[in-house]
Amino acid sequence: MLTLDRLTLTQGDFRLDADLTIQTGARVALIGPSGAGKSTLLSAIAGFLPPASGRILWQGEDITAAPPGERPLSILFQDQNLFPHLRLETNLALGLNPKGKIDATDRARIETALARVGLEGMEKRKPGALSGGQQSRAGLARTLLRGRPILLLDEPFAALGPALKSEMLALVAEIAREQGTTVLMVSHDPEDARALCPQTVLVAEGHAHAPQETGPLLDDPPPALRDYLGS
Amino acid sequence: MLAGAALAALVLGTLAAVTLRAGGLTGLRETDLAAIRFTLWQAAASALISCVLAIPVARALHRRRFAGRGLLISLLGAPFILPVIVAVFGLIAVFGRRGLVNAALAPFGIDPISIYGAQGVIIAHVFFNLPLATRMILHGWEAIPAERFRLAATLGFGPAEVTRHLERPMLRSVLPGAFLAIFLVCLTSFAVALTLGGGPRATTVELAIYQAFRFDFDMGRAASLALVQVAISVAALLVAARATLPSSFGAGHDRRATPIPQLSGGADRVAFDTLAILLAAVFLLLPIGAVFARGLPALADLPEMIWPATLTSLVIALASTMITLAIALPLALAATRQRWAEIAAMLPMTASSLVMGTGAFLIARPFVNPTDLALPMVLLTNAALSVPFATRILMPEIRTLQADYDRLAASLGLRGFARLRLLTVPRLARPLGFSAGLAAAFSMGDLGVITLFSDGQTRTLPLALFQLMGSYRMDQAAGAASLLLILTFALFWALDRAGHYADPR
Repeated sequence: MLTLDRLTLTQGDFRLDADLTIQTGARVALIGPSGAGKSTLLSAIAGFLPPASGRILWQGEDITAAPPGERPLSILFQDQNLFPHLRLETNLALGLNPKGKIDATDRARIETALARVGLEGMEKRKPGALSGGQQSRAGLARTLLRGRPILLLDEPFAALGPALKSEMLALVAEIAREQGTTVLMVSHDPEDARALCPQTVLVAEGHAHAPQETGPLLDDPPPALRDYLGS
Repeated sequence: MLAGAALAALVLGTLAAVTLRAGGLTGLRETDLAAIRFTLWQAAASALISCVLAIPVARALHRRRFAGRGLLISLLGAPFILPVIVAVFGLIAVFGRRGLVNAALAPFGIDPISIYGAQGVIIAHVFFNLPLATRMILHGWEAIPAERFRLAATLGFGPAEVTRHLERPMLRSVLPGAFLAIFLVCLTSFAVALTLGGGPRATTVELAIYQAFRFDFDMGRAASLALVQVAISVAALLVAARATLPSSFGAGHDRRATPIPQLSGGADRVAFDTLAILLAAVFLLLPIGAVFARGLPALADLPEMIWPATLTSLVIALASTMITLAIALPLALAATRQRWAEIAAMLPMTASSLVMGTGAFLIARPFVNPTDLALPMVLLTNAALSVPFATRILMPEIRTLQADYDRLAASLGLRGFARLRLLTVPRLARPLGFSAGLAAAFSMGDLGVITLFSDGQTRTLPLALFQLMGSYRMDQAAGAASLLLILTFALFWALDRAGHYADPR
């Protein structure tokens, strides 16, 4: 269970409150107008933005002050998810051991993870030699290896075409179901939310609301969301 | 932190020693005041002449396209690492008593001109800084968006209107920085003054320190002069900090589209531009050509003493390069977040090698024989003087690196030595190689602190060349100059290439 306990985030004039709970294994979309603070909220959970007040807890344990690499989560950003100068093998190895050193067992695990996302045999390639979709898959493979219970997605598939994007969302859903991962995804596209996330957190007007059922929320949106959706 | 402390200890420690010994400025003589005046005057004159002459050259390079243009622009970067003593040798070959210019003037009954004295110091400074100024102004030109030139063309502008509406505003913003940058460089000029200056009318403060130290052995006066030198540098740096100094290394190649003929003018302007480029190219290439023309055949019979000196110079160059990087990289990494680190990295700009040398001598004299200090001091001052350049080169690249990958590295817990090995060094391979090349070339060509400490037997290659010139063995000197030139550029090229090669992209 991920708990945001009376959390307040500030950045200059910007201010966002969040006081909510997300069940273990839930898949939750963060939706709201641009500039509402969806990515900011994700940054705070990932440990890049210290909150002005409040706590972040995972399974009852306070992780508010933990450094990003020691939190029980993996994050995929919009871009720069791989080090372009390192081979996929080394990029993925960093998910197993931040010192980048690996043994034969690790190597086998990396091969398996790459195969799981459909990149078998590409260990020696560098990110530049992959397509955008393949790069996303490699990033996802690394989160598989890290095996952290929470996965944060900050619009990592936004640059992909519609077909590739739904393919990636399906892959994430499949893996999350297998591993029991709790997923939080920022998205601009309500269809992404419907596809991957049974629940949705509405972020609007300085407030992150408690999770609601995605379908009913999108079918009958409150005013703040309706303006954004434009329907 | 450690790197900053080490650097500060060297710069501030020697400065403290100098200050204590100076005991106020009582040691100064009338001639020293003349040296201060000359230092300021020649720096201002050199900077002014360089900037004024650079304008037509930069304009011509900007609006003309010709075979070899790219090569010429690259060559404009070369004086930056050219050993001063080699350039001086080349300038003497061209402008000296038996030089090409006087040989050409003699048939017309014109009295021979002299390269020695104030005019020689200024000619040498213009030789070094005209290319620098040209690159900075050209950079300003290329920073004007192409759209603005297209707009100018659609509005029916000719070259005169381009001058008024585009060129002048650009020059107004670029020239003060260019002037200050060159002024600063010329303030601490030692090797040029040592070889071409001297006497009551062409002695810089740096040269006066050397003379007080070596000839009069008046340490109080040397220390007072060193203090004056630091005060001048600090004052100039404070002024410069208010103006934004343009990057000395900037000047991309052909970033702008092809020039628009309507804006570039007719035949008269083509002729003028051609003349500007030809004169600049001849002025810059002739001295180097003269060194090689006389020196390459002489490479075979260099005196024995050249070889140990060469080895010494190479070892010092490589060692001081390593020290430079070991100090500059941690400082540059810290400097993007903490102001103190950048200030620490810029500290050596306030001191010169002679100031540090004088200070180190004062500290060490009670304990060791100063001659034993010659090579270690050369090593340390060369390393320290390259730190500001290396830091300035690394910082923008580090900012990009941090913006791109800090969050990813943090989310993976990548830090410490693993981060250095897997992220920092691979991503910075190119600027590290470039910095290493500059540091090695500076050190290889340096003729500074070694002149203070050398007993005449311990020598670097530039000092050996200086001694050969002093004893008028000009063919051997030309050979040594060629050797020094080749080795300096080879070192720069090899290290810069190594950076490109190590870049995993």
